[in-house]
Amino acid sequence: MPEENGNGKNGKEVGLLERLKSALHEDVQSIRTDMPTKAKEQIEGLKKPTKTAVYTSIFRHKHDDTPRNRALGVLSNVFLHLHPAKINRDAVRYSFTWGMGGITFYLFIVLTLTGVLLMFYYHPTKLQAFRDVLYLEHDVPFGKILRNMHRWAAHLMVITVWLHMFRVFLTGSYKAPRQFNWNIGVLLLVLTLLLSFTGYLLPDDQLGFWAVTVGTNMARATPLLGHEGPFGKMLGMTPYNDVRFGLLGGSIVDANALLRSYIWHCIGIPIVASVLMIVHFWRVRKDGGISGPGSVVLASEDKAQRGPRHA
Amino acid sequence: MWSTVAAFLAAWFIAFFRFFLPRTLFEPATSFKIGYPEEYGLGVDTKFQQKYRIWVDRTPDRLFVIYARCTHLGCTPDWKASENKFKCPCHGSGYDSEGVNFEGPAPRPMDRAHVEKSPDGQILVDVSRLYQWPKGQPSQFNDDGSYLPV
Repeated sequence: MPEENGNGKNGKEVGLLERLKSALHEDVQSIRTDMPTKAKEQIEGLKKPTKTAVYTSIFRHKHDDTPRNRALGVLSNVFLHLHPAKINRDAVRYSFTWGMGGITFYLFIVLTLTGVLLMFYYHPTKLQAFRDVLYLEHDVPFGKILRNMHRWAAHLMVITVWLHMFRVFLTGSYKAPRQFNWNIGVLLLVLTLLLSFTGYLLPDDQLGFWAVTVGTNMARATPLLGHEGPFGKMLGMTPYNDVRFGLLGGSIVDANALLRSYIWHCIGIPIVASVLMIVHFWRVRKDGGISGPGSVVLASEDKAQRGPRHA
Repeated sequence: MWSTVAAFLAAWFIAFFRFFLPRTLFEPATSFKIGYPEEYGLGVDTKFQQKYRIWVDRTPDRLFVIYARCTHLGCTPDWKASENKFKCPCHGSGYDSEGVNFEGPAPRPMDRAHVEKSPDGQILVDVSRLYQWPKGQPSQFNDDGSYLPV
């Protein structure tokens, strides 16, 4: 039946071969005309990669060494734009800042990366947690170094947070207009300690178990919210409804406590800490940049500023 | 309008905290039987430490059950038979053979669990009912249920 050929009407049949031929012809023609121009463009692009559409869509300004371009390099970069485009030349001296805030942030990044990798092998259950830690230590390729990096970075981060705070205190950088940022910093200190504490339980070993037992037993004595704390009994607190119970998900350090630690450690606290870090870095800049001594003026600039009388 | 939004958020805020307090727990039973009084000789018996976190302690006229939780910060002390004392590994609190503190940071003797004779003659222990002797306050260690006379 002619209808079933699917080759159009009126009996005029255009074969599959015919159609292929004409399409091929068109293609060959277009390749003949377009290819050379496209090739030329490609070669030009290779000669001057910075002129290509791809390049200019990523990098939106020139890189000649001019003050404007150097500023744009910071301003137009999503990772750098929290930084000021220009800072006091003394502010980058390590003797003034110790670089402790930056090191702390660097350690946080190390902890995030190693922590995410550890999560691939770790199950927060009583049956598996400690076994997984042993497995990571002895069998997973590079598992031992990952775990040790996570552990040591965690210890170091607590230390660098304290040193950062100590430096800020010594240089008086908590004073106006930076009071608000000092408070954000205090919250970040608390979150760092909480991250450290919640991570302690996760190996589910004797050390962590008893440390968390001791730590959460202190929560019994929380004023108002703990069943052994001041006013706790008056507010109806018992071992089964107080703040310790909420932290542990039970009256003893058990499976619920392990799971809660894990979730706070890996999701809850890092998110809150990240948000506060963004605020912290932003405020550093808005409150006048990294603090340091008053700006040093070069002799030549000094003469120019104060005029010939002091020359 | 805004009060509706505020009420909505407040309700969720409260719900968020309530969410963390489960209604049902899957924890070890607090009440259990530990056999007959005649099975225990004088002194400290540690056979139920692992299972129930208790020590059975018998003196010439009494049998009582010490809840094996250090009154400092809640670790489980060890019974040192050679030194005739309980020693907490966490911060070094020491207790004599009746669980009365004499060294370290512990603020009071270890708590004792409620004991009674069950109808079948076994000792029934309830660690959810504890008898204490807080510092400077009257002792509950002579209350009914804090010991079995033997």
